[in-house]
Parts: sequence; C-alpha cells; structure tokens
Amino acid sequence: MTAPRDKFGRPIVVVTGMGIVTSLGGGKTDNWKRLSAGESGIKTVTRFPLDSLKTTMAGAVDFVTVDPFSSTSLSQRLAEIATEEALEQSGIGSKGDFPGPLFLAVAPIETEWPQRLEVAREVPTKDFGIIDYLATCSGGKFAHFHRRFTFGSVALNLAETFGTKGSPISLSTACASGATAIQLGVEAIRRGETDATLCVATDGSVNPEAMVRFSLLSALSTQNDPPQGASKPFSKNRDGFVMAEGAGALVLESYDAAMARGARILGVVAGCGELTDSFHRTRSAPDGKPAIGCVRKTLADAGMEPEQIDHINAHGTSTPENDKMEYLATAAVFGEHTKNIPVSSNKSMVGHTISAAGAVEAIFSLLTLEHQRIPPTINYEVPDPAIPFNVVGNKARDAKVTAVMSNSFGFGGQNASLILTREPA
Amino acid sequence: MAEKEVWITGVGLLSSLGEGLDAHWEALGAKRVNADEKRLAPYVIHPIAPVSFDAQIPKKGDQRQMETWQRIGTYAAGLALDSAGVKGNQEILSRMDMIIAAGGGERDLNVDLAIMNADAQGKLPPAVLNEKLMNELRPTLFLAQLSNLLAGNIAIVHGVCGTSRTFMGEEAASIDAARIAVARIGAGQSDIALVGAAHNGDRGDLLMLYSFGDFALKDQYASVWARRNNPGFAIGSAGAFLVMESREHAEARGAKPYAKLTKVVADLAKRKQPGAVTKSLQALWPQLGVSNDNAMLITGATGAEPATADEREFLAQHPGLAVRATGTTFGHTMEAQFPLGLALAALSISRGALYPANDPTGLEVEKTEAPTQIVVLGVGHWQGEGMALVEAVK
Repeated sequence: MTAPRDKFGRPIVVVTGMGIVTSLGGGKTDNWKRLSAGESGIKTVTRFPLDSLKTTMAGAVDFVTVDPFSSTSLSQRLAEIATEEALEQSGIGSKGDFPGPLFLAVAPIETEWPQRLEVAREVPTKDFGIIDYLATCSGGKFAHFHRRFTFGSVALNLAETFGTKGSPISLSTACASGATAIQLGVEAIRRGETDATLCVATDGSVNPEAMVRFSLLSALSTQNDPPQGASKPFSKNRDGFVMAEGAGALVLESYDAAMARGARILGVVAGCGELTDSFHRTRSAPDGKPAIGCVRKTLADAGMEPEQIDHINAHGTSTPENDKMEYLATAAVFGEHTKNIPVSSNKSMVGHTISAAGAVEAIFSLLTLEHQRIPPTINYEVPDPAIPFNVVGNKARDAKVTAVMSNSFGFGGQNASLILTREPA
Repeated sequence: MAEKEVWITGVGLLSSLGEGLDAHWEALGAKRVNADEKRLAPYVIHPIAPVSFDAQIPKKGDQRQMETWQRIGTYAAGLALDSAGVKGNQEILSRMDMIIAAGGGERDLNVDLAIMNADAQGKLPPAVLNEKLMNELRPTLFLAQLSNLLAGNIAIVHGVCGTSRTFMGEEAASIDAARIAVARIGAGQSDIALVGAAHNGDRGDLLMLYSFGDFALKDQYASVWARRNNPGFAIGSAGAFLVMESREHAEARGAKPYAKLTKVVADLAKRKQPGAVTKSLQALWPQLGVSNDNAMLITGATGAEPATADEREFLAQHPGLAVRATGTTFGHTMEAQFPLGLALAALSISRGALYPANDPTGLEVEKTEAPTQIVVLGVGHWQGEGMALVEAVK
C-alpha cells in the first residue's frame, strides 16, 4: 500500500482533513454520533412565516446565525465553519495560507427578498417601475449588496480568509455540486498542478422563495407532521425530498505530499465519474442509462470491479422517481451483487443539502469507513417492493467496509459518483 | 509528460451584431455597434440582434422551457457544434465534455415589482410574500433561472452528454471554464469539450446588482477607452461558444482548426490594495509565452473603474500591442466576456487579419499583418482576472 501512484500511473488522491455542518450539528463528532444513532435534523421551519406553504419543514441549520440574514451569508458561514474544522484536522499550510486552489460548490446567488424589500421601501415614487427602483439601488447606499450578491462573492471571501491559491472556482451542478467540487480537486492533483486542494460545498438555501420554487416543481415532501418522518428514502410512501442546509469541506492531497509531511490519511478518493442525462430538465431517462453510465465510468476511473464495492451511500432523495431510478441503475451495474451491498441514505436524517450534498455524503462515507459502521436509513417502515435494495433500515449496521460508492443525481441531468476507500488500492 | 496541443475547432457566436462568423466579421470590419440608450434609459445596453431561434432550437416546447439567456446560449452552442462539424454526431457528442460559465436567469419582473410595490405601500405582511410567490411564480421559471440549466438545455437540445459542469462567478467563471478545459485536454483527461457562456443584457432585473455598485453605464454610449469621465459598463448580450479538442482528436476526424489555444492563466488579485490588478496581470503575462511584444490583444475591458484604469496601466507597459476592446462593440457580456474574446481571436487568426480598431482615443492602433499570436485578456469588474494565448496552428 505504499504505491505512490494508482494503477493508471496517476498520483493517488487522499483526504487529510474533513469538516462538516448539518442540521444534526457542527463538526464530525456530533454529526457522526447523531447520524449513527438514527436521529433526524428535520424540524418545522421557524425562520420565516409558513403561511400558504405546502411544505413547512426543513433541515435548517438554526444554531448558526448570521446578521443580517441572507442565504448567501449563511452559506458562507457554514462553509467557513466546515473549512476551519477540515484545516485543523489536516494541519496543512498555516493560518490564512492554504497551499492550493479552492473548488466551491455553492447555490446560485441572487439578491434576496429582505434586501429587495429594503431597497423598495426607499423608492420615493409610488407605483414604481424598474427604472425608478434602479435609481434607488444606485448611489452607493446599497453597495454592500453588490459585494454580497455577486455569484463569486462566497468564493472570494473564502479565498481571502483561507489564503487559497489562484482563481477560486464556484460551481453548480445542482444536487451533484458537492461531488463535482471533489472531482475538480481530484483532477487538479492528478494533473500534477498542485499537491493539495480545498474542496468545499455549502448550502444555506432554506428561504421562502427557494422553498416555493421547489414546491412548485412538486419536488418536496408535504408530510409535515411529524417533520422528522418526512424524508423516507426507498419507502413506498415517500413523496419528495426535504430541503436542508449544511456544508462539507475536504482537504485533498497527493498521497506523496501527505506522506512527506506526515499527515494522517483519512481515506482515498479512488475514483470519480460523471455522465449527463439529456432526457428531461427534471426527470431522468426511464431506462436509467445515464446513471448506469455514470456508475460504470466511476468504477472504471477507480480501476475497480463492481464486486469490490461493499457499501453504497445513495443519493436517496426520497422522491418517487429518484429512488426508483437509482435502484434500476444500481441493479443494472451490480447485478446479482446488488443484494449483498448495504445501501443507505443520509438524507433520511439530514435532509437534502442540495449543493452541499455530494461533499456532506462523501464525508459521511469516509466516517463510515473509519468506524466500520453504516448509518441507517430512518423512517424505513414501508419498504417499496419495487426497490429491493439491501437497505440499512432504521438502525446502524456494523459491517466490513472497504470501498464506498457515493452517488449524486441532480436536476439538469447532472450525475456524478465517487468511490472512497480506506487505503490506496 | 508533454501536454497535448489544444485546438479550437468550432466557434459559435450570437450577439448584438448578429449571428455567425461571417456576419460578425463583416460587422467588425464596418465598425458597427448596436447600442441602445433608450430601452432601459438612462442605462445603455446592447440588446441581442433579431434572431429566429428555430434554426438551432427546433422544438418550440424546448424554447418555451427557456428564458432568453438560455435560448441565446443554446443557439450559440449549436452554431459552435455546426462549425466544428460535430452537430448530430452521437458518438462524439455522447462523450463531449461541457464547461459552461453562467449567472442566473431572468426573473419575473412583473411579479417582483408587484410584491415590492405592495411592500413599499405597507400592504405586504410577511406572510403574504409566500402566498404571492406560490400563486404568481410560474413553476417552470425556476428551471429557466438555475445556473446549471443552460448546460442542461444544451444537453437536451444538442445531445452534448459526456460531462457537464457549470462555473459561476461573473467574468472569472468563463476564464476558469477555458482554463480547466484546456488543462484537462492538455493532460489527456478530456478529448473534446464545449466551452462557453451566454448573457442577455436586455434585463432590468439584472441591472439591480450592478446598480448597487454603480457599475452600469448611464446616459450616453462611448467607446470603452473614452469613458474616463463617465465610467461604467454597458450590459451586453452574447452567446459565445467554442469547441476545443486535442490536436490528435481533431486530426483523427479530419477537423480543421481555427487556432490553437496554447495557455489560459488566471488569478484573484487582492483588490483592496490599489494597483493590485495591474500587478496580477504583470505576473500572469510571462506565463503565457508571448514571443512577440508586437502581438495583438483582445480585451474584455469593461469600462468600469478602477479595474479599467488598472488594466490600462498594464497595457501601457506593452505599447507595441495592437489592442481591441470587445466592450466597445458588444458591451460587457459578463460571463460571456472571455469566450467572446477567444472566439474573436480564433476568428481573426483564421481570417488572417485583425479586425480594425474602433476607438476615438487612439489607444487601439491598426495592424495589417496576419496575426500569429493573439492574447485574450479578461478582468472582472469586481474580482478575478486572467488571460489566454491564442495562436495560429503551425
């Protein structure tokens, strides 16, 4: 296992630091304790009035506050907390001086309602149009809104705080964003451009308009009571995902560089893959081909056979369509081996952290490898017979886990998968 | 390991000047500018030229699912695929990588204004915001707004289905899109990629963000270099897409290059320090490997300050360069700024000439010899900067 390169001759990419915030709490210790105990972070939303909303619960991170509130500021704060934890564990670089680039998965940013309305109240004319409104926007009084709501703002602030190198990349591949951030980091290290990358994914999107938008697409669960029972991946009575907030940060390094500085290796990103689904804007191809291709590409990238995967950290959103499609794709690739693979969805407990999910779930996958215990899929009371996964239902399961596949399948045909292992193959 | 040579084999352009390479070449030669001082007065904008989207987006149903920025982008992406000769080539499209730079899509301004007016008149208790949004937002509007849904639409309409990544972050997003695509192809991680962006400047909702920072050009159109007394950018409209591929891949399928994309570099100057952008550009320049200090340079200089002054200072240190500012002709196309510059550089090299200067201040000078190296420069109005070297294929 001292091979400095993988079987394709590329630098091996290892994880040396991880940080996480979800609705379950801040930090790996709390998150793992509550996740493996099968606790839910989903609650009735208290951040804003719920009148007229069909969905009233979410995995909001209310123990972190930002003032004035905006989803963008919360996203940034969550990313900072997760990054601080990851850097401390990794011990790489020095304070404010990270020796590599930043890849940030973040939700698309725009000026939010409280700020829009703050400006509106200052418009001197009655029944104003956009030009009157724009006149009030300008003049410098609201310059801080420009700094806050440019698409690059979160990455700019993180890059300055943590001293990452080069041009930081903000990206969105919808629900696969977190996985894409990791993939970009892996590719940069494999190219030999850098020895280390900071891959961060964050989402603080529980606000009225975001909930309304997902709700109008009929994507959200409306099983509001009790809120912690709403997210039920692979169950027959599942009815949608539950929006959630969180952040995950990973320090990736080349195996050589990590060994050279005596870093503790937490795991290996053995493979990544992605394949676009062009069937529909929100639905996946009925034959599952793109998801199948994505999983196959990931196995090929890792140079692994399906039989070597001994756990799947599923995308498992709890939407009727995703879970069914994920089973079909998995069964197509893993065949008879499918029933041997324990499958679980963290989203049953933390909800769907959307832009952050790929990184949050990669971290949970690495913690699964560390503890040799698979966190449960809670609310698994009425298994869907159409999804005969070997679901780790309701209670954590101790198991020998050497390689985890973590899947992310999102709107816009975005499919990405990762394979995480304990040690270099 | 030697890096693979990256060729630009397809270029797709739709802008305020028209569509396609011939129309652009002709308009640039005639120094035509399509600026509009009235539509969103006092803001100056460059609206997209009249276009029938059917030619590249045949299904009306697809068009209905998009807002204008996505139609512009999907259209220009189709032009790029046509120009590379890969349109409809399932085998190639199914493994083609895609990196898009995108902001967000159009909002429903009528809904927004009704809510803001109600609130300003004290008729919007917090609880009513939800009701208005639930009842008045079109369900599919979300999909027309999401940044990654330009890529999604290109996948659906044109079948570009290898991989799909959307970078955000204004101008820098498109520099990084090109940078990562070139790095991946150079290292053998990708054979062929579609890279580009789209921007629709005819949007009052979009001006909001830039009005907060007083970046938008008001009252009167002027060349980018003649805005010292009235700085700002005129928001532009463009879809600019490039097909990039390894030389081997292009040669194997008999594709002809417009140009070679030798290098893309980018950084994030700490702009709180005066002159930081100038210093950053100075540090990036030697990384390009420009062999001829009398080369040509196409910049996306926005006209907004202090970024444009910093860039001007950098350019002053390279007096031999023949400079062209896309902002004068096209306005500032934000995420499309850099691919637009790359497209014009590739076009100029393929036509064996740099298009004429269009600048009353004299900063841009005429150059008659055929270009062999063109630097493309992009400086974000607020953050990020980078440059690329586009060269004639030897």
